[in-house]
Amino acid sequence: MENLKYAFFVGCTPKQSTPELMQSTLAIAQAFNIELVELVEATCCGASHMQDYDDFLSLVLNARNICYAEKRGLTIVTVCNTCQLNLATAKHRLDNDEKLRDRVNAKLKEVGLEYRGTSEIKHFLYALIDDFGIDAIASKVKNPLKDLYIAPFYGCHNIRPHEVHGSSNGNEDPYRPTSLDRLIVALGGHSVEYGHKNKCCGFHVELQAPKTANRISGSAMLDAIDNNADTMVTPCPLCHLRLDVQQKNISKEMGEDISIPILHMPQMVGLALGISPEKLGIKHNIAKIDFIK
Amino acid sequence: MKKYDTKKVNFKVFRYNKEIDRLPYYESYSFSVAQDEVILDILNKIKWEKDGSFSYRRSCRHGICGSCAIKVNNKPVLSCKERVFDLIDIFGYELVLEPQDIKQAIKDMVVDKERFWNKYSNVKPYLVGEIEAHPKLEYIISAQESDKLDEADYCIQCGNCFYACPSVQVNGDYIGPAAFVKAFRFNMDVRDNAKKERLDIVNQEGSGVWDCVKCYECAEACPKELSPIDKITKLHNQIFENNMAKDNVATRHAVGFKDSIKKHGFLDEGELVRYSEGNVGVLKHVPEAIHMFKNGKLIMPWQMPKSEKLDEIDKLIKISSTVKFK
Ligand code: SF4
Ligand code: SF4
Ligand code: FES
Repeated sequence: MENLKYAFFVGCTPKQSTPELMQSTLAIAQAFNIELVELVEATCCGASHMQDYDDFLSLVLNARNICYAEKRGLTIVTVCNTCQLNLATAKHRLDNDEKLRDRVNAKLKEVGLEYRGTSEIKHFLYALIDDFGIDAIASKVKNPLKDLYIAPFYGCHNIRPHEVHGSSNGNEDPYRPTSLDRLIVALGGHSVEYGHKNKCCGFHVELQAPKTANRISGSAMLDAIDNNADTMVTPCPLCHLRLDVQQKNISKEMGEDISIPILHMPQMVGLALGISPEKLGIKHNIAKIDFIK
Repeated sequence: MKKYDTKKVNFKVFRYNKEIDRLPYYESYSFSVAQDEVILDILNKIKWEKDGSFSYRRSCRHGICGSCAIKVNNKPVLSCKERVFDLIDIFGYELVLEPQDIKQAIKDMVVDKERFWNKYSNVKPYLVGEIEAHPKLEYIISAQESDKLDEADYCIQCGNCFYACPSVQVNGDYIGPAAFVKAFRFNMDVRDNAKKERLDIVNQEGSGVWDCVKCYECAEACPKELSPIDKITKLHNQIFENNMAKDNVATRHAVGFKDSIKKHGFLDEGELVRYSEGNVGVLKHVPEAIHMFKNGKLIMPWQMPKSEKLDEIDKLIKISSTVKFK
């Protein structure tokens, strides 16, 4: 197989609050010989908030982000569900509305760019599963996660709304997603079946409605714990910031102690590949990853 | 002729009669299902062939009255529209039929929708205008004007979005997606005069649009494909466009992105929290911040990453901005 190469849309958190996501992403990309070319010109995607304020501006900025991948002739890889949705939504709107595309291109032209719609946009999870391949992943496993019961937490923006994601997430069904479950099994782990796997973490109201956010994450975490999960895993750094960093506040709101290790998807893959915890940035995780000796 | 396809399916059905049962229970029924049968056919079969006391709502059988909405394996559906074969493709041969909200069940699939209707009536879900009591002519709006409703008038009040919404589930005050769709529908009507009043209602902290967690459950749940969350975004936009945005955590949170992108290309996470919460409010985040700092999850201002081509970004923001906040 020819080596895979993508335009890497890093986003904001991997360089700030989730350095462990950056480290583990790069570590497993290297182990799989996947080349990630950083989109150094890219801006923040607007994190699903900026469109509330100025929808057109947010669309123009994301169109610009995509332009730089088109210039390189590469598919974009994201490592955050919300970046994925914001870029994919911009693409979906521009590809299906010629008038809107013309309005956006009129702005882009003034900085010498043009949106053409030639680059796909994929979350790293689906680049691994659908492009690199689940069997290829399984064949590289050195430390099967065989004693671990892992609760997959998909996060909203990778699976909903399904028509925006289409084939870029392998046509995952939002009511019964399977990619993370299949990945866990390929790594030798047990995937935990529980009702909240495709539910929300509450991140986007964390500042203005912390009670709502904490109750939403709390219900999901309790569901995972009640179903005997040793750890949860998520492909989204925003879910991770909620579930990992906020465990104290969540416990307080729910009136019971909720503590469980939370892995980023690439950290889980890295552990199974036998990559050292240091290289996967495990020391940055707040909830202790108690199953690593 | 092609052989008529049938499949054997086990239905696990929520049963409960508030008047006599202490707790709900599940009953299993097996049927051989034909390829064109919908969930409503199954509900009918249970009632007609197995248990005459089984209760559910239905009326039009054509996806228009909105009364037959239930959940199948947690997926909100309109019973009269949802083919069983499509559900088998997703969930396999055991399907769990439940009412929209088991906590509000009265009898089997029938729920008490009082909360839904209360929220709905909150947003002035009717035309407020100077319309004669006995008009001689119709008050017609043009095709372009009706396009602006963005199909929001197709809502059949089935409640699927409302009962799928996690914010509704944990916050009793939250108005919820269906009522927001309705508020949007009348706000876009050129004949209506109550736009600002409606915006005032949906702009409230704790109950209004700012408490939407952006999960897109409502977009998936809507049988009319109205994408309630997109209408919610448009209500946010109307609040800014009409200069009604209050200076609070939620609005500053939305606005802060623009300033940060202008300065760095990226979002300055620490600064966004400080700006959104204000210098006093930010103090409540100190305990997490200390924890994050210890684990190397907070960077110092001078370490803030920057995008290349900041001049280009700045120019694009200048020429593409459509809204001002104060
Ligand atoms: S997107 Fe908002 S309104 Fe829709 S279901 Fe989620 S929280 Fe509720
Ligand atoms: S918006 Fe859609 S899901 Fe919500 S009540 Fe109306 S028709 Fe039903
Ligand atoms: S019976 Fe009227 S919508 Fe289904």
